[in-house]
Amino acid sequence: MPSLDLFLQPEIFLVWTAALKTFVILGVVLTMVAYSVWAERKVSAFIQDRIGPNRVGWAGLIQPVADGVKLLLKENFVPGGVNKFFFSIAPSLAMIPAILVLAVLPFGSSLFGVPMVIANLDIGVLWVFAVSSLGVYGIVLAGWASNSKYPFLGGIRSSSQMISYELSLGLSVVPVFMITGTLNLGEIVQYQVDHGWMVFPAWFQSGGGLLEITTDNGGMFGLDLGQSLLWIPMMISFVIFMIAMFAETNRVPFDLPEAEQELVGGYHTEYSSMRFALFFLGEYAAMIAGAGVIVTLFLGGWSLPFVPDGSQGWFWGLVNIGTFFAKVAAIIFFFLWVRWTLPRFRFDQLMKLGWYVFFEVALLNIFLTAGILAYLQS
Amino acid sequence: MATIVQRPKLNLLERSYFPAILGGLWITIKHFIKMLFGQTKVTMQYPEQKWDSAMPEWYRGAPTLVKDEHNRERCVACQLCEFICPPRAITIKPGELPGDNRWSKVEKYPEKFDIDMIRCIYCGLCEEVCPEQAIFLRKDYSITGLTRSEMVHDKEKLYELGGVMHGLVHKWNEKK
Ligand code: SF4
Ligand code: SF4
Repeated sequence: MPSLDLFLQPEIFLVWTAALKTFVILGVVLTMVAYSVWAERKVSAFIQDRIGPNRVGWAGLIQPVADGVKLLLKENFVPGGVNKFFFSIAPSLAMIPAILVLAVLPFGSSLFGVPMVIANLDIGVLWVFAVSSLGVYGIVLAGWASNSKYPFLGGIRSSSQMISYELSLGLSVVPVFMITGTLNLGEIVQYQVDHGWMVFPAWFQSGGGLLEITTDNGGMFGLDLGQSLLWIPMMISFVIFMIAMFAETNRVPFDLPEAEQELVGGYHTEYSSMRFALFFLGEYAAMIAGAGVIVTLFLGGWSLPFVPDGSQGWFWGLVNIGTFFAKVAAIIFFFLWVRWTLPRFRFDQLMKLGWYVFFEVALLNIFLTAGILAYLQS
Repeated sequence: MATIVQRPKLNLLERSYFPAILGGLWITIKHFIKMLFGQTKVTMQYPEQKWDSAMPEWYRGAPTLVKDEHNRERCVACQLCEFICPPRAITIKPGELPGDNRWSKVEKYPEKFDIDMIRCIYCGLCEEVCPEQAIFLRKDYSITGLTRSEMVHDKEKLYELGGVMHGLVHKWNEKK
């Protein structure tokens, strides 16, 4: 069959598998976005001893669809005096970066020999930081173009928030690259498959450990000196990165640009209908992308201890994909849990925290990691 | 005199927020898990669950008109309830009973009897003032309508809600 051969030519194969992966991932993630809104409402309700949405469908499971239809049918109102061009592109600018981040996340090992990542970039992490920081422009432009004071304050807050956490966000992951020696997210995951997760380095490949338990399929479980030492800077990195991620995704306790109680709705006060929905869903998409980055960098991506990867058959490939999304869901639950626990930080407190504490700690952490690595290699 | 509240001195650990944050997270997850396993008492799910069975004897719901055991309408259109009703929810148009009526000695009957349920405050004064025990507050509490006119209960509706009540006033009965 010549037509099948055509599809299997390397270049064309790459194109259609990439397209397929893109569509599937987009579908999965947008569904997750819708259901994380549902999860947010349910979790908040449960934490506050309420029941939460339970009218549309069983346990309110069709609620996201109803919400979507409602938002689509609402009037797309443009207030007078706004800068029309920026007012209309701002919502897309809030949504698009979050989705672009997904392109480089390895969401699985491989399926039928196709690597489960849309774009296997060697500068994966840089792409993540570059693109996800663009999300702030959506907020700033919305605040500025709305011609209204509350959105304007929200936009200003957002930009000052960004300059105070972005540095520690970037610096806190440098130790990860120093240990793995690569910026490619796929390789970072592979390193964690071999050497244990960054926050849970409990297995390794070759001997020389402090404590060893050899399992049936040849893997080794236990601790070795290097990993236990590196575990300290890794935990510091993890905590700082996690907290900076809260700020990056504008989640409580750092949801200053939105701050319902102070700024009405913050940057999206003047928006309605689908434009508002894009901001709203963009926040959740950013949360999912952020959770994906955390999982990839620190929690071993798609790996589970001693579960083989996709090269052992399609079943394991699917297990890996499932593992990745389960971990993402767990991180999202943590985001929600924190949101319904902590009060909002004040503006100056956030800047203080970013500049006085996390920036320094992240910087020192790099030196600490370098010291440990030098000690281990000598 | 001004009271000076001494601010507690926080140690380094407390100032790092971590104990407080972890404590907060612990509290919220406890609530979450309790709710997840259905150990939390929650609000009644109103339209599905109703509190009708738990309603006390003295509950004051919608005011209604009642008929007696001879199917006579008890109201004699004295208009006392109309006068006493604080929000003036009641409007009565009295009429004269024709001479050939079995109850013609009662003389008056309400030709029209409207209670505006948008106005009614369920105070029960109409029930208290009525000399004929013709108006009673029943247990209906879910009075809804799409228009204002729908919310005005006319005589027919009031009798439909009120039904028949036995005993109480016998003064109009024939002498035995
Ligand atoms: S219950 Fe009170 S407000 Fe309602 S009709 Fe009777 S007297 Fe008027
Ligand atoms: S007080 Fe009683 S008898 Fe008099 S008009 Fe009202 S309902 Fe009728």
